[in-house]
Amino acid sequence: MKIKQSRFWSRGFQYVILILVSFLSVFPFYWMIVSATNVSKDITMGRLSFGSALEANLAKLMKAGDLVTSLTNTVILTVCIVGLSLLLCSMAGYGYVVFQSKRKNRWFYFILTSMMIPTATLVIPLFRMFSKLGLLNTKLGVILPAVSTAFLIFFFRQNTKNFPMETIQAARIDGLNEAGIFFQIYFPMMKPTYAAATIITFMSAWNNYMWPLIALQTPDQRTLPLMISSLGSSYTPDFGMIMVGIIISTLPSAVIFFLLQKHFVSGMVGSIK
Amino acid sequence: MKIKRRPAISLNGWGFVIPSIVFFLWLTFLPMIQALLLSFQKGKGNNTSFGGLSNYQRLFQDPMFITAVKNTFLYLIIQVPIMLFLALIVSSMLNNPKLKFRGLFRTAIFVPCITSLVAYSLLFKSMFAVDGVVNRTLMGLHLISDPVRWLLDPFWAKVVIIVAITWRWMGYNMIFYLSSLQNIDYSMYEAASIDGASAAQQFFRITVPQLKPVILLTAIMSTSGTLQIFDEIVNITNGGPNNTTISIAYYIYQLSFKFMPDFGYAATVSYAVFLMVAVLSLIQIKVSGDSNEN
Repeated sequence: MKIKQSRFWSRGFQYVILILVSFLSVFPFYWMIVSATNVSKDITMGRLSFGSALEANLAKLMKAGDLVTSLTNTVILTVCIVGLSLLLCSMAGYGYVVFQSKRKNRWFYFILTSMMIPTATLVIPLFRMFSKLGLLNTKLGVILPAVSTAFLIFFFRQNTKNFPMETIQAARIDGLNEAGIFFQIYFPMMKPTYAAATIITFMSAWNNYMWPLIALQTPDQRTLPLMISSLGSSYTPDFGMIMVGIIISTLPSAVIFFLLQKHFVSGMVGSIK
Repeated sequence: MKIKRRPAISLNGWGFVIPSIVFFLWLTFLPMIQALLLSFQKGKGNNTSFGGLSNYQRLFQDPMFITAVKNTFLYLIIQVPIMLFLALIVSSMLNNPKLKFRGLFRTAIFVPCITSLVAYSLLFKSMFAVDGVVNRTLMGLHLISDPVRWLLDPFWAKVVIIVAITWRWMGYNMIFYLSSLQNIDYSMYEAASIDGASAAQQFFRITVPQLKPVILLTAIMSTSGTLQIFDEIVNITNGGPNNTTISIAYYIYQLSFKFMPDFGYAATVSYAVFLMVAVLSLIQIKVSGDSNEN
């Protein structure tokens, strides 16, 4: 009996902990949604029930934050970064595996060590370089540094290792050229890998903060995170409209997460295997 | 003759990797060299001259740099172990196949990962307002009698930052542990509990040793992430009150983009972060490698 009782308690204790941790994890989302309907004063007073200020908050955000501009900018940047980096990094990952050679391996490991380099170390020289090239405050200036990442190359290299080489050999015998093999055979067969890579890249491009903060200086170039952050840094921030902005910036990630939960999670973790 | 020995296929092979190599050389490698050269330059704005190692000497006498390093390491030493320990406990609870609502718990604990760093920082800023929801709840539970001046107090502001980072990343690390826990045969735990091993014993004798490689991986990722912490500091406290919460990355930003730019010195500070990330990663790999051999 004693054993059973202690087991019951430890089981019960586990549920208490898990419920508590889950509650703390989810509560800020409830807070975000409730607060989007409240006025700023109520938010800083900790109001936990729904209010009626949602439309007013949205209207304020459209005006003060210039929501449409920053949303458009973020979408353009994200689409370009995701498209280009997937193309470039998957080509590299493919090249390192299919055309393996000592010299290529050396390059790969050289690039891999750059995963350790903090963004903060790169921003100063990049800023000076891009100011000379006239790339500051342009979309290209944000896109270029994001298109070739060591992590994504590594990710594609790992996943290409399982790709059946015989397929490539067969295609060569059929007379397909190397670019054709890559685009017509490799790409369609690797769709799950591309899906996971899209999620990873989307998350970092959509939420990119430090470099755009430095490179984009005028309000017409501002991205969603920059807009939200600048609203939040005012002396008396209007949290009502900020919450609406936060919801809009979180929504795409939330949709992807709940629709493709398996890909989402395995994309984040599977990359390391 | 050389061309003949290299078949066309291998030329094509370079075609696949060269674009990314060019980008890497141009936008990562070249800037790293330039930052190194810059770190030997002194003077502000465009008026700079060769200063030798003077910037590096300045590091050790610069109270702001010392504060930034102290803060960053404080975040690191307190936050990373708490977060990883929590993630380990939660994941070993969730690994029990008999547990009810496993999927629900897992989703709930992972979901903070979908927020952007800016977004969750501002969420936490609003929750930790002096009259805000956290103080009200704590007072309602009679845990405190007066509201805590969270973001206005140097000590509590750091606590808020640590709590916030832990909230955002705990579930992320938990997923890593869960996926490697699946490789441990669950019958090991059943056998252990028949032999009378307590839950704590099972945790420290089975779970932790089996997960050592992935714990190392998450420790390296978290260390490198925390050393670079920037978004949260800007958006939760903006370095305040009175620069008491600044991190190294925040200080680099301040030096180069807030006032008269001091690019040379900022580059020196940025090389200091780079070295810290590299050295700490190497130490972690070495330490765990050594203990693996025993």
